Amino acid sequence: MEHRAVSFINRRNLLLVAGFMVFAAAFFWLLATRGPLAPVGVEQAAVTRADLHPGVYGIGTVEAQHAYSVGPIQAGRLLRVMVDQGDRVEAGQVLAEIDPVDLRQRADAAMSAAARARQAAAAAQAQVAEADSRTRLAQANLARYEVLYRQNFVAKEMVDSRLHEAAAAEAALAAARANAAAALREIGRADAERQGIDQLRNSLRLLSPIKGVVTAREAEPGTTVVAGQAVLRLADPAHLWVRARVDQARAQAIRVGQAADIAMRSAPGKALPGKVARIELQSDAVTEERIVDVAFDPIPDRLYLGELAEVTLHLPGTRNALTVPRAAIGLRNDRTGVWQAVDGRARFKPVQFGVQTADRAQVVSGLAEGEHVIVYSARQLDDGMRVREQQLTAR
Amino acid sequence: MINLARRDIAHHLKSYLLTGLGLGLLIGVTLTMAGVYRGMVDDAKVLLRAVDADVWVVQQDTLGPFAEPSSVPDDLYRALLGLPGVAQAGNVAYLTMQVSHAGQSQRVMVAGFEPGKPGGPAFLVAGRPIARAHYEAVADAKTGLRVGDVVRIRRNDYTVVGLTRRMVSSNGDPMLFIPLKDAQEAQFLKDNDAIVEDRQRLAANPAINRPGQPGVLDAVQAIQASSHKVNAVLLRLQPGVDARAVADTIARWQRFTAYTRDDMEEILVAKLIATAAKQIGLFLVILAVVSAAIVAFIIYTMTLGKIKEIAVLKLIGTRNRTIAAMIVQEALGLGVIGFFVGKFAATLWAPAFPKYVLLETGDAGRAFVLTLVVCALASVLAIRAALRIDPAEAIGG
Repeated sequence: MEHRAVSFINRRNLLLVAGFMVFAAAFFWLLATRGPLAPVGVEQAAVTRADLHPGVYGIGTVEAQHAYSVGPIQAGRLLRVMVDQGDRVEAGQVLAEIDPVDLRQRADAAMSAAARARQAAAAAQAQVAEADSRTRLAQANLARYEVLYRQNFVAKEMVDSRLHEAAAAEAALAAARANAAAALREIGRADAERQGIDQLRNSLRLLSPIKGVVTAREAEPGTTVVAGQAVLRLADPAHLWVRARVDQARAQAIRVGQAADIAMRSAPGKALPGKVARIELQSDAVTEERIVDVAFDPIPDRLYLGELAEVTLHLPGTRNALTVPRAAIGLRNDRTGVWQAVDGRARFKPVQFGVQTADRAQVVSGLAEGEHVIVYSARQLDDGMRVREQQLTAR
Repeated sequence: MINLARRDIAHHLKSYLLTGLGLGLLIGVTLTMAGVYRGMVDDAKVLLRAVDADVWVVQQDTLGPFAEPSSVPDDLYRALLGLPGVAQAGNVAYLTMQVSHAGQSQRVMVAGFEPGKPGGPAFLVAGRPIARAHYEAVADAKTGLRVGDVVRIRRNDYTVVGLTRRMVSSNGDPMLFIPLKDAQEAQFLKDNDAIVEDRQRLAANPAINRPGQPGVLDAVQAIQASSHKVNAVLLRLQPGVDARAVADTIARWQRFTAYTRDDMEEILVAKLIATAAKQIGLFLVILAVVSAAIVAFIIYTMTLGKIKEIAVLKLIGTRNRTIAAMIVQEALGLGVIGFFVGKFAATLWAPAFPKYVLLETGDAGRAFVLTLVVCALASVLAIRAALRIDPAEAIGG
């Protein structure tokens, strides 16, 4: 008996018992922290008051408010293009010319036609004078024969003949006058034709409608262009803006005049100030985006059309609002709310949210200041799930 | 009555414990293999659980979007929302690709979803949800990314704003959630060289680039560069609505294929990972059989190694029942030590695996029972051998 008692509490047995206890402790620790028995780790945060400055984000491209395409009004071959991309032009400046082909010859023809018309008019005028003179002579003869007939020196037949001559001369005078008038009208017609050809020649010179910059030169001399095809594109560099596309679901609070930050793709870290200049009435029905034109304020020196730009619009915020982190917002049975740890178990509490920024959401109703909500969880939470506060990621 | 087993174990304590440890590691490997199998099946289902959609609408006659490619118009959801019983509809796009961060690229499944609609991450472990309509991402923690990291997908940089956990594709690739429009672009947008070459090809095509019709080429190019396709539309139904009926209606009248959650699970588990799962499953069976055999042999040889002692016991008149009890107790003891060491080891090293290892409590229970049964059976063999020992061997030899 003595021997057994001694052997039972010897060093080896002590070590054995200690080893077993360490193993058992480690085993249960492992099961409780990593195994199926472990409660779900969560991180909580308090409901606090904060100022919320919500923003809406959209992407767009730098575009000109008005873009001008300059092209011919009828088909033709380009003769000369005087300006190139990037050139500054004045309003009315000749930018390009279309080959007139036979227009000059047609103008010459019109000119000589007009001169001929004038000469024809002069000839007609001379004929009028001649007819006038004949008429006067015939009337003088008639008067003379009438006197002689009354004194019975000549026969009645002679007087009738003079009468006919006078009437014929008057008719000839009327015809000559009508001819002269027609010749004058012919002058007008020939002049108008000449002017029309001049106008056509003018339209072959493509003029700049604005003071601006050439953004594209789309055709070179020798190219045949059709009516309406752009030869040059112009833009007014003082009126460039970002045509941004904003998700319709977030576009509700956007108003003209709101401030915005514009980040160009070429300088993503630098925010340029801007403001909402126009909200287009026509939205994109396919992509479900509203189109918001954001003007630069002030306009930077160098802008490139078509460059991608990220726009953040600053919406009116709320001050001193009750807020929770946005990551805490949960959805259960189509109701928004938050998860809370109540006595070590997860409970869902319906909450109505208001203004949301990227990080925080305004609590309209359902939570009081200082309450704690679960922000992060290691698993999808369910009602009644055991939870324990722990740090989920290394900070 | 003294306990022979305890005395014997105390006598050979070190070798007994080491044998138990060895057995334990073997059982641990078997448990891990079971965990790998379970993890594989769970990987296939985890996305379904996370997006929590009742009906998946995909391209007609495909097993999309995971088992086969599927492409549906992105305005289809409007028609689906009009169906009775549909509460929510969300477009999703999935693409498996390499993304690079800090010079290292890794394989992820990029998931495009619309915030507030089905298809997004169900919970976060850090950061915040996606707030902007573009260029933000929520990553699975397994990607190794941290909040604030910037990853490049195709031509755009995405900022990781949040982290989630256990969001993997059926292949076990961690997921990266980005806004749907970005995912559509990443999926269908060609690289810049291809775009330029395509433009030139189109410009060289006289049917498209006709003289006298300068607008046609631009229009064709614009069509080629834009995409309004998604991989699937996820529907959540109002409570009490039969998903099967809604899916049948969609298949019949909308001419798209619609799967209920059960169908989808069937596709993912039975079709997508079927071969791989069978491979692992068969290996698991073989491993279990081999482990059982090794356990049996160890106990048998351990008993045979004590022939002389048993002969002495018999010589001094120990009853057969006492000897049998000793062998059974030692065998079961080995089994218990082995199981706990194995479970300990498996739990310890499971998180280190690159793919998810799911150690189910049910599996552990079955393994425990199986271990004890195998130990008991093996000890029966050993007892038969022990009882045949001639007491005379104690004196001879």
